[in-house]
Amino acid sequence: MSTISKIIIPLFVLFVVFYGMKKKVLIYDTFLDGAKEGLVTAFHIFPSIIAMVFAINVFLNSGILETFFQILSPVLSFFQIPLSILPMAFVRPISGTASLAIMNDIFIKLGPDSFAGRLASVIQGCTDTTIYVLALYFGSIKINKTRHALSTGLFADFVGIVASFLIVSFLFG
Amino acid sequence: MINKIWGLFILIGIVFTLLFGEVSNLNDTILTSASGGVKMVLELLPILVLWSGLMKIAEKSGVLESISKVFRPLLGKLFPSLKRDSKALGYITSNIVANALGLGSAATPFGLKAMEEMQKENQDKKVASDGMITFLVLNTSGVTIIPTTVIALRLMHGSANPEEIILPAILATLCSSVAGLTLDYFRRRKRK
Repeated sequence: MSTISKIIIPLFVLFVVFYGMKKKVLIYDTFLDGAKEGLVTAFHIFPSIIAMVFAINVFLNSGILETFFQILSPVLSFFQIPLSILPMAFVRPISGTASLAIMNDIFIKLGPDSFAGRLASVIQGCTDTTIYVLALYFGSIKINKTRHALSTGLFADFVGIVASFLIVSFLFG
Repeated sequence: MINKIWGLFILIGIVFTLLFGEVSNLNDTILTSASGGVKMVLELLPILVLWSGLMKIAEKSGVLESISKVFRPLLGKLFPSLKRDSKALGYITSNIVANALGLGSAATPFGLKAMEEMQKENQDKKVASDGMITFLVLNTSGVTIIPTTVIALRLMHGSANPEEIILPAILATLCSSVAGLTLDYFRRRKRK
């Protein structure tokens, strides 16, 4: 599987350049035009990235999530929900690095083939950093009224997490 | 919405640290997170510039149009508000395909281009259009078919079968994408 994803980029580049030559596009000049546009895009997303990284770091480093889930731990163990899964689910929409770090922690403590390890892997694979992506994509084109984008995105993530729990319980018991 | 979330993150973070945490850590966090952001931009910058250049060639030679033609019947149903020949459709397709293959960093430039193209067709430049919301719901409900990073980490920690999570992840992704798109569909209609 991973060899497929490794070969797909070179093949795509080969195809684009070859097809451009065949169609007699001025490929070098066109590339420079596009690259310039990419630079402008990078310039536009720069402030949104700094803004989000700053706010997310201040929030995560305060330790509020750890405290919150420590208080919740009796309830969680009652429902047999692995303790470390919930912080991961909460962090997942805002920071990919932070949720990967929590998953890594679960792998070290319980192993990747434990119930929590499998569940964490599936959650990591089926959800995305929704809040961060919305801030970045909308920020890049200066949209500030996002309508139902965030709540719908978070709802989809929530369904994904519940589905992961059910699917992993069913498949691996 | 983002204005409120951004403010809440900062307010909660600072107040909680002042009450229960280490103020010196907070100081470091505030002063160093900007450079963390710069690092992220610098990591994204070369890919963004390179792919934007390549995609310009794809656009000029008609590759992008052929890609969107293949998926047009399906995408037309998902994005009824976009013009049939919209350039955005090609970028949306490329973004979803790149995401699905676990090429996250290659997917971002396509996604940003898709937003740009949709913004050109957008009537009110401050308000998100229907197409943008559907695209972001589809994008963030994670259409990853091969979660490469997760598999690599599982392998590193000695999993007996690192790939066993691919099928459950696809099933869970399917659930979340369908749920997100359904909710988006109804909320879009309610507004009209």
